[in-house]
Amino acid sequence: MIDLKDVSKVYQVGDERVHALNHVTMHIYPKEFVSIIGPSGSGKSTLMNIIGCLDTADAGIYRLEGVPIWDYSENELARVRNRKIGFIFQNFNLIPKLSAAENVELPLIYRGVRGAERARRVAEALERAGLKNRAPHLPTELSGGQQQRVASARALVTEPSLLLADEPTGNLDSKTSREIMEILHELHEQGNTVVLITHDNDIARQAKRSLHILDGRVSEVTL
Amino acid sequence: MIMPFKMALRSIGANKMRALLTMLGIIIGVMALVVLVSLVNGATTSVTDRMASLGSNYVQAYIWGGGGSGGEGVTIDELEEWVESEPLIESVAPQSASNAMAKFGSKSQNMTVCGTTPSYYEINGLKLTAGRFLKTADLQNNSRVCVLGPSTADTLVGYTDCIGDEISLDGLRYSVVGVLGKSDSLMYSGYGENVIYIPFTSLIRQFPEMSGSIDNFYATAPEGTPMRDAENAVRSYLADRVGQDDWGNDNFYVYSMDIMEGTMDQVTSIFSMLLGGIASISLIVGGIGIMNIMLVTVTERTREIGIRKAVGATRGTILRQFLIEAIMLCMMGCLAGIFLSWCILRLANEVVADMSMSFAMSGNVVWISVVFCFAIGLIFGLYPANKAAKMQPIDALHYGG
Repeated sequence: MIDLKDVSKVYQVGDERVHALNHVTMHIYPKEFVSIIGPSGSGKSTLMNIIGCLDTADAGIYRLEGVPIWDYSENELARVRNRKIGFIFQNFNLIPKLSAAENVELPLIYRGVRGAERARRVAEALERAGLKNRAPHLPTELSGGQQQRVASARALVTEPSLLLADEPTGNLDSKTSREIMEILHELHEQGNTVVLITHDNDIARQAKRSLHILDGRVSEVTL
Repeated sequence: MIMPFKMALRSIGANKMRALLTMLGIIIGVMALVVLVSLVNGATTSVTDRMASLGSNYVQAYIWGGGGSGGEGVTIDELEEWVESEPLIESVAPQSASNAMAKFGSKSQNMTVCGTTPSYYEINGLKLTAGRFLKTADLQNNSRVCVLGPSTADTLVGYTDCIGDEISLDGLRYSVVGVLGKSDSLMYSGYGENVIYIPFTSLIRQFPEMSGSIDNFYATAPEGTPMRDAENAVRSYLADRVGQDDWGNDNFYVYSMDIMEGTMDQVTSIFSMLLGGIASISLIVGGIGIMNIMLVTVTERTREIGIRKAVGATRGTILRQFLIEAIMLCMMGCLAGIFLSWCILRLANEVVADMSMSFAMSGNVVWISVVFCFAIGLIFGLYPANKAAKMQPIDALHYGG
């Protein structure tokens, strides 16, 4: 599913070269629920950007579903993100001017899904996220938990092969955190590959497998 | 396809005050363009009309060799018959002139005597100070009546109130039926002001050296007919009637005030272009306003751009979204400007209603301003839209949060 081999990413900070990722090699298998854990500055955001095709590696090979993501143009990356990856961000990243339903609709628009079909899938995704009657609300009218549900509905609506959650519970209280984690579990049980990135051991422990990242190096851990 | 328009409309609607202020630049630019050009057009039309009323809208034809080598020449009856059948010509006035010794009382003077018909008066935009001009009956009866030119009354008679007095031309007595005033015709035609007009038929009868054929006539076209067409109609008639001489030269010459109209048109278009150009500058300034606000919008929405890119928007999609927004802003300003221009022109019409001027919104300038606004939206929107499209999704996502 996800296959990283010797992946490196170097940032130039002032005069210093920082190895955000240092020859990372890892595998994530289909339908797995993997957490990647590491303190801030460990390179986990960079890893997530590369896995999520928001960025490309400087060196090494990244294969997503067997397809090497290397030397892709920006538009090709956008297409991969649109079709294969669903994002759930720490700060929800909903567009404040658009209603819940419209936020969920967005990836489908970029995918070119037609009106009726689009409406059906949006309604379905919202229902699965338990937001059936919140569709016309703006993000600001929703609680943090509800916003994250909208975000997960948006991630799901394209039926991506990979669900990438970047500190999805970071901004939520423990009760809603639990809810979001339940959703993630649910999605995993439905057969999605879920990658959860967090600094919280308790959250990470809920995954079947955990990878630890520190100073740009990844190691397998059992929690 | 409709989606990007909806999005653009919504994002414009989200900042109504800002959008309005930005559009104001375009609105003022469009108003300047449409109103100024329409005013120039309206004013020139009224000037042209006035010029036409001063008697510049005739065709003049000279015929020589009539009755000689070239052909038969044209008689007054033939000419009038032709006018009846020619829709491009409304009326004609022949003129032929001879010199005669004019006598009034003890004074005598050698003068130009011009034989013509009643329509000469209107065609040449003459004005009477006393009496009347020649009438059809005068021609039919070969009456011995005459109309004095503006200065003839002064030089020959000595006073203008001479209706009913008699003068003699080469010995034959003519009674004065009218005296012409100074004409304000731009092209004072014919034989100047020191002239005596008598019926064409009387001239032919009295002066044996005049053949029955016309050597010179004026023609007018019906309202709305271009002078060029009338001129061509006269030309083709004469080519048919008098043709060419033995050396292949025309036996006639035709000209019209078409040149005058052409010049006037040129002046108008130069004025329109000049004012339109000045107005365009304000449109361009408006375009810079659009660009400015679009740059602000792009920066403000950096995060939104990041989100859109993360969920699969390509460069092209983002570019199109912001470009459509800029163009839409421009076009909304354009429509508002056109509407306001229309209001202003209506108001202007009310004000000048009694000055025989009217200002219509010219369709051309409306189209030009629509196209121009579109181009401005496109050109000034391109840079901000491109800036948005080029943003890296990760940088945009982490912007300000």
